[in-house]
Amino acid sequence: MIAFAWVGPLFLTVYLGFTDLQLKNFIAFIKDFFTPEVHLTLKNFEKIFFAEDPYISEVAKITVMYVGSVLAINAFFALILSIAIAYFVKNELLSMFLRVSWLLPRITPGIIYALMWNWFVSPDGMFDTLLKLAGIPEQWLPSNWLLDKPYSQILMIIVNGYIGASFGMIVYTAAIKSIPPDLINAALVDGASEFQVAKNIIIPLLKWPIMFVTAWQTLSLMASYDVILMVWGAAQGASPSEVLGVTKVAGVTVWALYAYSQAFSQYQYGYAAAISLVLVVIGLVLIVFYFKIFGFRRLMEPSRVEV
Amino acid sequence: MARVSQEELVKRRRRALIRTIIKYIIVIVVAVIPLIPIWLMFLWLIAQSFSSRVTFGIIPQGFTLENWKFLWSPFKMGLKEYPNIWPITLNTLFLALGVAGLEVLISSMAGYALSRMNFPGRIGLMQFIIALHAFPSVILLIALFIILNKIGLYGKGYMTLVGIILIKAGLEIPMASWIIKGFFDAIPWDLEWAALVDGCTRWKVWRSVILPLVLPGIGAISIFAFLSGWAEFLLVYTYVVGEEYYTLPVLIYYLIGELKFVNWGMLAAVGLFFTIPTLIFFSTTQKLLLRIYVGGVKR
Repeated sequence: MIAFAWVGPLFLTVYLGFTDLQLKNFIAFIKDFFTPEVHLTLKNFEKIFFAEDPYISEVAKITVMYVGSVLAINAFFALILSIAIAYFVKNELLSMFLRVSWLLPRITPGIIYALMWNWFVSPDGMFDTLLKLAGIPEQWLPSNWLLDKPYSQILMIIVNGYIGASFGMIVYTAAIKSIPPDLINAALVDGASEFQVAKNIIIPLLKWPIMFVTAWQTLSLMASYDVILMVWGAAQGASPSEVLGVTKVAGVTVWALYAYSQAFSQYQYGYAAAISLVLVVIGLVLIVFYFKIFGFRRLMEPSRVEV
Repeated sequence: MARVSQEELVKRRRRALIRTIIKYIIVIVVAVIPLIPIWLMFLWLIAQSFSSRVTFGIIPQGFTLENWKFLWSPFKMGLKEYPNIWPITLNTLFLALGVAGLEVLISSMAGYALSRMNFPGRIGLMQFIIALHAFPSVILLIALFIILNKIGLYGKGYMTLVGIILIKAGLEIPMASWIIKGFFDAIPWDLEWAALVDGCTRWKVWRSVILPLVLPGIGAISIFAFLSGWAEFLLVYTYVVGEEYYTLPVLIYYLIGELKFVNWGMLAAVGLFFTIPTLIFFSTTQKLLLRIYVGGVKR
């Protein structure tokens, strides 16, 4: 089963990446994987690396921006967040309530999350109402938050940031809870303020969880596109063949989504496989690198705090 | 002990007060204000689904069940008219139960093997499971599309759904085995040894000693698998041809494009309807699920 779902497809993708498979020779290919109608070629990779595809450089830019910003939210905003929730808030019930609230975006089924965002930023929605209440004149507001760049791109980061923040929060909160209270009490008795405790005790102890979250989320983010597809696709009711058009206008085509849309909007299966292979290579390099610096054993125990 | 003068004491107290205020400002700015949109969204979903009109987004005006009509009367999506929502709900249920059943069956055995047996390549297999994270799901989506076409499951109605169950379970089994392995790891070896010494076979040990102990873990995994099958969007969206074989997430996806601005009420109601299982399962098994969502990717 694992072979069916993982290994087979993997080899197939590598093979596909070197072919010119597209709609016109698709049926022949299904009949016979080695049909002469499908040619082995390096053209796909030339298209990617020598920018023969005019759109690929923009996709790369969007992806870097997306991964970088969401990563900052996931790793660093989540750090402040979990210190605030797990340490500053002493009331256990309130702390629990905040934690569950932060988990909501992750627990909610993706499509409902997409529905709620679609409402929130629609002209009928809350966002415009709130902004108008705050006294921002109507003509300053973009006509469509989902389609007007750069708002759409900022939105893309925020929408994914909410989901990612909870991952960091969970890992950090577990780590903060596992810090021996003696350490913190000793510092407090010696006259340290809670900020000093946070800065000089908690954050240094969280070094390892921070690295773990950053490493893990880099991989996840590079490969993620489903939330973007749901929010932006649903807004236009786009079928798989219309996805590329929508995300192109909004400027939210991240690398993985571009691979998806090349396959299912443009029917360029060979090219799409090649695009996604780039991600595989980057991912593999990173994970080998992580195994090297973290060691396998430590990667297994994400929330350990070293005292 | 040095005496602290009255003034000094007042000053210190004031400083402490300022610190406390700053602390709560940080809490509010970082942890509370960003949550306002999320809370508002959920309030809206509930308020909108039961009312004919909402003012200011979340204040319901006029209670109605009009929005829930899809439960018993026909509704249209594009050119397709559905008799009601139940056939689609059954599709979704079929998918979710299939994924959960298959996943639990295989991953509970695999988890046991990973945790207890010393077979060659065990570490390698575990490394492999972690390394799978490096492979973006999109490559699988493309290749599996070809494979589904090859074995003739593409666009074949319920057979496609069966294919999706196999794929989805296959994709999630590594992680599920991993999580179950964690539960198995928590059981002391001695228990098992005792049973082995008393003459149980390995299989019998698994069935009558270990299984009852990890039942909570298995329960959690099955709920987790069920919810993830229930919410599965991409595979169905990409592979299923024909509106009568859609599952709820895909139906909602197309409904959003069609009904937004027109009928928020029905959208919210369908959305809430779809979220009910998630809410029920989550509120009842919160602790266990949290442990998995936390581990989510790990442990």
